[in-house]
Amino acid sequence: MNWISNYVRPKINSLFSRREVPENLWTKCPECGTMLFHRELAENLNVCTNCDHHMAISARDRLRTLFDNGVFAEVEVPQPIQDPLNFRDQKKYPERLKSAQRETGEKEAMLVAEGEIGRTPVVAAVQDFGFMGGSMSMYVGNAIIAAAERAVKRKRPLILFSAAGGARMQEGILSLMQMPRTTIAVDMLKEAGLPYIVVLTHPTTGGVTASYAMLGDVQIAEPNALICFAGPRVIEQTIREKLPEGFQRAEYLLDHGMLDRVTHRKHLKDELVTIVRMLLGLSPAVKGDLPAPELTPAALPASTPDAAEGK
Amino acid sequence: MNYLEFEKPLAEIEGKAEELRAMARSNKGMDVDKEAAGLDRKAQSLLGDLYKNLTPWQKCQVARHPDRPHCKDYIDALFTEYTPLAGDRNFADDHAIMGGLARLNDRPVMVIGHEKGHDTQSRIERNFGMARPEGYRKAIRLMNLADRFGVPVVTLIDTPGAYPGKGAEERGQSEAIARSTEQCLRLGVPLVSVVIGEGGSGGAVAFATANRVAMLEHSIYSVISPEGCASILWKDAEKMKEAAEALRLTAQDLHKLGVIDRIIAESVGGAQRDRVSTMRSVGLCIDDILKQLAPMSRKDLVRDRRAKFLNMGQAGLAA
Repeated sequence: MNWISNYVRPKINSLFSRREVPENLWTKCPECGTMLFHRELAENLNVCTNCDHHMAISARDRLRTLFDNGVFAEVEVPQPIQDPLNFRDQKKYPERLKSAQRETGEKEAMLVAEGEIGRTPVVAAVQDFGFMGGSMSMYVGNAIIAAAERAVKRKRPLILFSAAGGARMQEGILSLMQMPRTTIAVDMLKEAGLPYIVVLTHPTTGGVTASYAMLGDVQIAEPNALICFAGPRVIEQTIREKLPEGFQRAEYLLDHGMLDRVTHRKHLKDELVTIVRMLLGLSPAVKGDLPAPELTPAALPASTPDAAEGK
Repeated sequence: MNYLEFEKPLAEIEGKAEELRAMARSNKGMDVDKEAAGLDRKAQSLLGDLYKNLTPWQKCQVARHPDRPHCKDYIDALFTEYTPLAGDRNFADDHAIMGGLARLNDRPVMVIGHEKGHDTQSRIERNFGMARPEGYRKAIRLMNLADRFGVPVVTLIDTPGAYPGKGAEERGQSEAIARSTEQCLRLGVPLVSVVIGEGGSGGAVAFATANRVAMLEHSIYSVISPEGCASILWKDAEKMKEAAEALRLTAQDLHKLGVIDRIIAESVGGAQRDRVSTMRSVGLCIDDILKQLAPMSRKDLVRDRRAKFLNMGQAGLAA
């Protein structure tokens, strides 16, 4: 025993353990292996600062980073009946739902919100891959219908971010029936002459790709996102040959004419604003940071929506 | 006759009866009629028992039975003046999808369906009833044509699902399915679908987003095959019996859930044992539905279809 073990080591230990250290302070990029500090990663919209790999971003964070100043209002989604099939595999379906709710803090696999992007009012729907693989449930179908109805009612474009492993098997045929249901939602927007923009994020597969995610007026994907109907493993098993490099990735689909654009997450918002405003016949958006909106209506010289839009 | 696994006891009895008769044929004067008739009766009652309470997995096997009438059989039996119309005008003609103008009881209709094939050669040619993007695009084209000339559309569903192939993905399988569903929803003419065997996932729904959907008594309609579901949720493809149970893919369950409108009865022992009468029942059902939908206006037909799907899922199965 000496003064080092009696005095210095406890002192050093206490120095390091004094602050509450949150877990997962560092994230390892799955592509290049760089350790990324959480704050830096969040500031970069969960894109690796070294290799530009686009990591998953939660639905709520997506909405926060999309809308001006992170301000948005959630649109209520009608709750469908729970567990319509009394489904049970190794676990009961309601138990799986509850644990997904605990893990994500969200009610279901899709969030719908309205707000402004670049001072342009829009409705946005975001699928949450973290919630049971973003799978298409009756709730997800209801969410897309609610989003379309709200967009039609308020005459706003709908921007949808897709991310899903496919159908919610625990809802069986009723999950499959969300394909026609969401297609009806898309048709409502088309009939109302409102833009429907789809942003396909990693991964978008199965029945989701084969319905609302492929019916956008403009189809944008995030770099390297897997986008397919049948997954690469299933195809390899069927045709028994190696698939080409980058097969079913966003860039591959772009090359094959299935997408309009592949866009880096940091440019996505500006691009959405630009496209939406052109389709709606609005003036170009003011780029860069906008001043916070005036709180007192009296301070606004003209309060008509047209004036606010800069027409 | 191809016997399914659960029909083995039946195969034994029918085999014995057949043996007896064969013996009698070669030995003149031998009287086996009484004995053989007894075996026949026994077989018939066993068949009735077997088919009265088929499990969901057994129904899957029946729905996939190679001797069941397929799309081509229905077209030959029920329709006249069938005039196939081919091609998607972009890439190819998909032989997994049959389609063309035809008459059902003199009324012109556009009939479209999955054809699985009946022997090795035709199965390969038909790609086992698994459509590629060209198939959906052909169907879209035919539906559109029917729509413009006020011809009702009849679709016959019998597919394991969309084809999981490299080219199919490259040519936009997902988009083709989505557009086909969209086309179904926009039709200003009646659309009637009958699931005659397997209703496999997106490959089925792309044709079955109809005003009325009927299913044969022993057909299935599911979001995923029981084998696929078992390997994902049970991590064991051998648990397909459990998966078939859990998925509620039988016509009876789907009717309770409000997903389909009618169940068409099959004769005892399934469609494969009495093809003619099964096909006749399907024809009568389609005809009846078309008569029912005939007075509806274009607008009402679209509205009816939309409302049907938007309201779907209100009813669950009671525990």
